[in-house]
Amino acid sequence: MQDNSWIPLFPEQASTFAWEVDALYFYLIAISVFFTVGIVAAIGFFVVKYREKEKFANGAEIHGSVPLELFWSFVPFVISMTIFLGGALVYYKQYRPPENTMEIYVVGKQWMWKLQHQTGQREINELHIPVGRKIKLTMTTEDVLHDFFIPAFRTKADVVPGRYTTVWFEATKPGKYRLYCAEYCGLNHSGMGGWVYVMEQRDFDNWLSGNVSGQTPVEAGQDLFMNKLGCASCHAGGPTQRGAKLEGIYGKDVKLANGQTVKVDDEYLRNSILNPAGQIVEGYQPIMPTFKGQVTEEQLVQIVAYIKSLSGVTGTTSTTSSSSSNSMTNSPTTPTNTASNSNATSNAAVNTNRGVNK
Amino acid sequence: MQNVDAINAGNFEEPKTNYLNNGFTLKSWLLTKDHKRIAIMYLLTVSAFFLMGGVYASLIRLELLTPQSDLLESGTYNRVFTQHGVIMVFLFLIPAIPAILGNFLLPLMIGAKDLALPRINLLSLYIYWVGGILVLFAMMQGGVDTGWTFYTPYSTTFSNSYVMLTGLGIFINGFSSILTGLNFIVTIHTMRAPGMTWFRMPLFVWAHYATSLVMLLGTPVIAITILLLAIERVAKIGIFDPAIGGDPILFQHLFWFYSHPAVYIMILPGMGVISELISNFSRKKIFGYEFIAFSSIAIAVFGFLVWGHHMFVSGQSIYAGLVFSFLTMVVAVPSAIKVFNWSATLYKGQISYETPMLYALFFIGLFLIGGLTGLFLGSIGLTVHLTDTYFIVAHFHYVMVGGQVLAYMGGLHYWWSKMTGKMYSEFWGKISAMLVFVGFNLTFFPQFILGYMGMPRRYASYPPELQVLNIFSTAGASILGIGLILPVIYLTYSIFFGEKASANPYMHPGLEWRTSSPPPTENFEEMPIVTWEAYEFGEENGLDIEEAKRRELAKV
Repeated sequence: MQDNSWIPLFPEQASTFAWEVDALYFYLIAISVFFTVGIVAAIGFFVVKYREKEKFANGAEIHGSVPLELFWSFVPFVISMTIFLGGALVYYKQYRPPENTMEIYVVGKQWMWKLQHQTGQREINELHIPVGRKIKLTMTTEDVLHDFFIPAFRTKADVVPGRYTTVWFEATKPGKYRLYCAEYCGLNHSGMGGWVYVMEQRDFDNWLSGNVSGQTPVEAGQDLFMNKLGCASCHAGGPTQRGAKLEGIYGKDVKLANGQTVKVDDEYLRNSILNPAGQIVEGYQPIMPTFKGQVTEEQLVQIVAYIKSLSGVTGTTSTTSSSSSNSMTNSPTTPTNTASNSNATSNAAVNTNRGVNK
Repeated sequence: MQNVDAINAGNFEEPKTNYLNNGFTLKSWLLTKDHKRIAIMYLLTVSAFFLMGGVYASLIRLELLTPQSDLLESGTYNRVFTQHGVIMVFLFLIPAIPAILGNFLLPLMIGAKDLALPRINLLSLYIYWVGGILVLFAMMQGGVDTGWTFYTPYSTTFSNSYVMLTGLGIFINGFSSILTGLNFIVTIHTMRAPGMTWFRMPLFVWAHYATSLVMLLGTPVIAITILLLAIERVAKIGIFDPAIGGDPILFQHLFWFYSHPAVYIMILPGMGVISELISNFSRKKIFGYEFIAFSSIAIAVFGFLVWGHHMFVSGQSIYAGLVFSFLTMVVAVPSAIKVFNWSATLYKGQISYETPMLYALFFIGLFLIGGLTGLFLGSIGLTVHLTDTYFIVAHFHYVMVGGQVLAYMGGLHYWWSKMTGKMYSEFWGKISAMLVFVGFNLTFFPQFILGYMGMPRRYASYPPELQVLNIFSTAGASILGIGLILPVIYLTYSIFFGEKASANPYMHPGLEWRTSSPPPTENFEEMPIVTWEAYEFGEENGLDIEEAKRRELAKV
């Protein structure tokens, strides 16, 4: 987007899959030019060559040709399949976050983006990230649909109220890139945007240390869990606790009272806080009240971050269960240790910026 | 057919009453059951809405001349683009060809006296009026600002505009589509003249059959969706808003389950018109009749299976996205077949270049670009970058305006003599067609680039580096505007001062040309008996070409 040419034609390529999207784009342009030029040339030729010789004279008696029809049904089909496959490959990369990502929380609201780093730094309409790191954004919104769009990274994803969506990228080039909201969200839709700053790791570390971090999401979540919302009274009571045990559950499959099995992920934790009766784990009573309306989206993200930290999952998200069960071995089994453990994990969150989680 | 040769030679004694001078009172129009009069009333109202939508379009382009939101503040801008979309989609594009040209021509083309259900036809016009008036009323109250897509929860919980009133207008208007579709299907099944077999029908009729299927099956879904939206907005029952227990993505599924097929309601009739124009002005049977006919049906059927390609980034599962991308690629094939067949029809033709043919040739060019850029958007990895940007805006304008509007203009010019009994000025017709073509490309081609640059749609203000392309676009829009205003002038002029049209000025074989211009109320003096194929220019079709040539020479 820093192109200063008179007529800009392409946005800058600044993510690992940007060139793949561009390659697909050029492939499609080549196909389009080929067919457009071919057909327009044919029409142009026919139009000149077979122009009316005499008023009301009739054209040749040609009714069609089945081989030709089959030919020009088959060829477009094959070409369209190559386009489908190319698109599918790129899409699979765009929409499947890899392991070992640095996670950043995003909450959209009319008409601003609120972002928070694992280390606690908050930003509004700006996102600072290091170059060469895989970044995963976990996003939701307080009100209507939004869409997080960075053209230079060639990716976007809708942000949907009531659920978490993710988008990931790895920036390849330091610089300043535009950030837009791409899903219409009302009055000041076109004002809901800002900048993404991609920095060298060293500069990013400086930026991090130069910013007041306040509480990390895990610390803030712990505060809510222990004190403000009183979750601990049921979920951290040791052997007598009434609520489900939260330590080590993240990333695992749990059996529900109705016999189904679900994987404990961000979405599941979120739903269990807002609608506890919806998916009761086997062996527990449906006694938990709903926290709907009592927690903001940002607080929810923090509680989820804290509960994840109880399973040793922190700044780095692991998408496979194997890695979460690895880290589970460290997780404490007695509630008394929980507090100290979460401190340890929040330190680990800082470390992850240097890629030291494993 | 009484006295076929005489009709075609233009010596035919014109009947004293035709459908236009058969009664001049307001009542004779408002209570008519004549499909031709109903079509004319549709023509007047649909044109008025087209003009209104056009005014909104020019406001949008003027605002986007500068990067800042200066001419319109963003609140107004949001209402303006929403009104533009709602009017153009629901009140212009959907009824334009079926309700005007289809209504007028379908019975004529298959040799029927009228549609099978004339009262239902009049009812559908009144429903359209009621729906249109409600949308207009909402507009005068302050309009609606949700975008024509009415995405939830913005439309149900957050918007302070006239969502309910506009929604009610669209809801009611939908029944007009349903009834028209039903009427066409019944008519095509039951009212064909003796000898008019399915495979002798003009492709215009086939296209309308396919369109009617979509109207009949798809439109009820939008009615249900709007009803659910109303229930949530009024009764606060959670259907789409997650804050009260709903699912916003559900709305998108329901909305696009109708609105994607609706895209085919907007383009299939246009394809039908183009088949007529290309074949007739090449004076040659259309290439691959059956393939074009069945590709219309294939488009109508597959069109119901691709709605999810509007939701690639909306949070649906990766695998759903892949399936919808695959199906979208499949639906590209029947459209490609049509383009190839139209082009092949020109081969060894005797092509003449009246205004309708110019529109048809321009249509092929623009529809080609519209269709090919559809492949960009169907390719799921690419569309993650392109969706919700100006690339989408450019793409669907290429299909809707470059496709349907050009086909509509071509058809309107082609059958103008039949509808009014007067000839328009060919000179001005050609000028306006060329202005439309040039202006259209200048308006929308730069938007592809803007989209790839990342300019999101529905933005009242945009980054300054994108201004040059926006200036091109606005400049093009003013040319396009002139190109579309001109026909209002010269077509109106022709009604009063135009040359009188003969029954068959182009010597084309369709049944609609085998009755006087304008036709009598009952369409044909005598029940026609069809013994020829569609687009039959050979000797056996009963056209007296020799006599027509003599007449042509006598004129010079």
